[in-house]
Amino acid sequence: MSAALDVENMPSQPHAVTPPPGSNERRLQRRMLPLVSPSVVLLLIWSIVPLVMTLWFSFQRYNLLDPTVTGFAGIDNYDFLVTDPDFWTSLVNTLVLVGSVLAITVVGGTLLAVLYDQPFLGKGIARVLAISPFFVMPTVSALIWKNLMLHPIYGIAGILWHAAGLQPVDWFANYPMWSVIIIVSWEWLPFALLILLTAVQSLDHSQIEAARLDGANAIQQFFYITLPHLGRAISVVIMIETIFLLSIFAEIFVTTAGGPGNATTNLAFLIYSRALLQFDVGGASAGGVVAIILANIVAFFLVRAIGKRLDI
Amino acid sequence: MATLSLRGVRKSYQAGFETIKGIDLDIADREFVVFVGPSGCGKSTLLRMIAGLEDITAGDLLIDGQRVNDVDPSKRGLAMVFQTYALYPHMTVADNMGFALKLAGVSKTERDAKVREAARILQLESYLDRRPKALSGGQRQRVAIGRAIVRQPKVFLFDEPLSNLDAALRGQTRVELLRLHEELAATMIYVTHDQIEAMTMADKIVVLQGGIVEQVGSPMELYNHPANLFVAGFIGSPRMNFLPVTVASGDGAGNGVVALADGNQVAVQMGEALPAPGTPLTLGIRPERLYWDPNGPFAGEGHLVERLGGLTLLHLTLTGGEELVVQTDGNDPVQPHVLVRSAVSPDECHLFGADGQALRRPGHIAQPPARPLPGEAPVVATATA
Ligand SMILES: Nc1ncnc2c1ncn2[C@@H]1O[C@H](COP(=O)(O)OP(=O)(O)O)[C@@H](O)[C@H]1O
Ligand SMILES: [Mg+2]
Repeated sequence: MSAALDVENMPSQPHAVTPPPGSNERRLQRRMLPLVSPSVVLLLIWSIVPLVMTLWFSFQRYNLLDPTVTGFAGIDNYDFLVTDPDFWTSLVNTLVLVGSVLAITVVGGTLLAVLYDQPFLGKGIARVLAISPFFVMPTVSALIWKNLMLHPIYGIAGILWHAAGLQPVDWFANYPMWSVIIIVSWEWLPFALLILLTAVQSLDHSQIEAARLDGANAIQQFFYITLPHLGRAISVVIMIETIFLLSIFAEIFVTTAGGPGNATTNLAFLIYSRALLQFDVGGASAGGVVAIILANIVAFFLVRAIGKRLDI
Repeated sequence: MATLSLRGVRKSYQAGFETIKGIDLDIADREFVVFVGPSGCGKSTLLRMIAGLEDITAGDLLIDGQRVNDVDPSKRGLAMVFQTYALYPHMTVADNMGFALKLAGVSKTERDAKVREAARILQLESYLDRRPKALSGGQRQRVAIGRAIVRQPKVFLFDEPLSNLDAALRGQTRVELLRLHEELAATMIYVTHDQIEAMTMADKIVVLQGGIVEQVGSPMELYNHPANLFVAGFIGSPRMNFLPVTVASGDGAGNGVVALADGNQVAVQMGEALPAPGTPLTLGIRPERLYWDPNGPFAGEGHLVERLGGLTLLHLTLTGGEELVVQTDGNDPVQPHVLVRSAVSPDECHLFGADGQALRRPGHIAQPPARPLPGEAPVVATATA
């Protein structure tokens, strides 16, 4: 009996993924090929063409302001990029932005999810309110935060500071990165909450009751029962958010335009400014390639980490 | 040592609607008590109130004479086995069983020793490093029991622990639980909707319906002396036959005659005088007490024969229109669609008044002595080792 169980619990066998040639499944796959090929080809073109073009441009001299500059550039564009201090700043900014927003949304989302799982008065309305920021366009939410919330004169924060007898803070000038992190966290907290709330709700309540009988207090129940149960959902939140947060652009464009100086310039904004403010298509493409590589490195580690989690 | 007392215990989930409508009950030390009743009668609610997972709306719960209504579940000295087992899926079997001790700050070596001991009792030693997911249903169930054993509680609570097992495993686990009860000499409260589990395991059965106790007693007392129609119908399989009758005659000593719908007369013997002739009553007869008799009062035509191997069930429609089930030997050649007659001995009849309450039967003692409790009986030396 134990042998049978072992087989069940072994990680999926290689042949389960790619059946050996000549097997029934393999033959079936081959027969289905003509049917799926149109969509596969379309998707390939869809993703391959931009990738190849980006790669191609990154090795070209190509400046929209100066049509006479043409020809193969070798690795000049990359050389120019990595020797530019702006690039390294933008890389650090990207990681700070992604890391901070992830930390805030995952921790906040987990706590809110546990809170929203409790019965309390007005829960339905509170839930709708908590989730609604996710449906606001990034540009709009950036504008709201810039003009209604954090503006030193008209903003709510300014009014509160005034009411407390303090000198209002010009958030975007003095704490630009923090301001952007707050905006993006506000946008993504509902997403984390939504995913984690469904996960919390799927927890078998008798596990909590068993833990209560075993003598676990509320905090121990959270750390020993609820949090492990949420592990998988948290990984999913981290993976999806990372993919989107690596390319945050609208919020920065609307509020700080990458500034002051390069304080809030992330990789996406750097590429934009290269391509459309300095009209350096070659340099921008080199930045794009770096962004692709970065995203792939992150994705590699994330998928590995989550793959392990899903094995539980 | 653990005795448990419930004094007027009530529970309302919503104001104005009571789920548990006042329960008084005493549970002796080392007793195996089974709460049995149909689905939704409040068994789980009552058990959860004892465990402390539900508040007690009114009344007192005493453990060893101490009122524990407001004592935290973990401080009541009891352990519960849930219907779904409620194992912690991300912990190994050993961690599952040792979780309570870990929270209580017991050292790792002591914890390991206790977990090993419980695993030995439950034959789980080779699974200690597995996650619950990698176990079969029966093994999970044993882990859930092991988790309870490790804490050495005064009282064990079981909420339908066998309902997720297949029939063969259920029978086996039933025996194991009884063995465990002997070995641990602990008080156990066991909830089930299955009267067979109740009959086979209990020292004392508490029959619940609609949030009230219908009857409390030993299995055989409930079987032989059901207090009312509900208990009579609930305990025993196949179900007791109920036939409307009227009293034909009766003496003061409880001997008498009742008439069926078709006029046939049945002699009965009760422990108290029958009501006046003409009074409508319900006659209850267990299928296994009926036997074929060419002169018997129960005349009818069979319309269905169930052959279960060891026994045969014949479903009859009596000439008066009532339905009757007769249980006979497995080799009974009886065929349906022929007129048959059966009879019952007068002292095997049950009679119920219009209010559903039973007339006292001969030989009824209020509380017959239960079987000796574990630890009290001269058990073999290994049981307490
Ligand atoms: N948390 C709850 N809130 C409201 N009603 C409940 C709750 N739990 C149980 N009930 C009600 O109490 C009654 C008894 O339920 P339960 O004790 O689970 O029955 P049993 O275990 O005997 O099948 C049912 O009618 C059920 O609907
Ligand atoms: Mg129940």
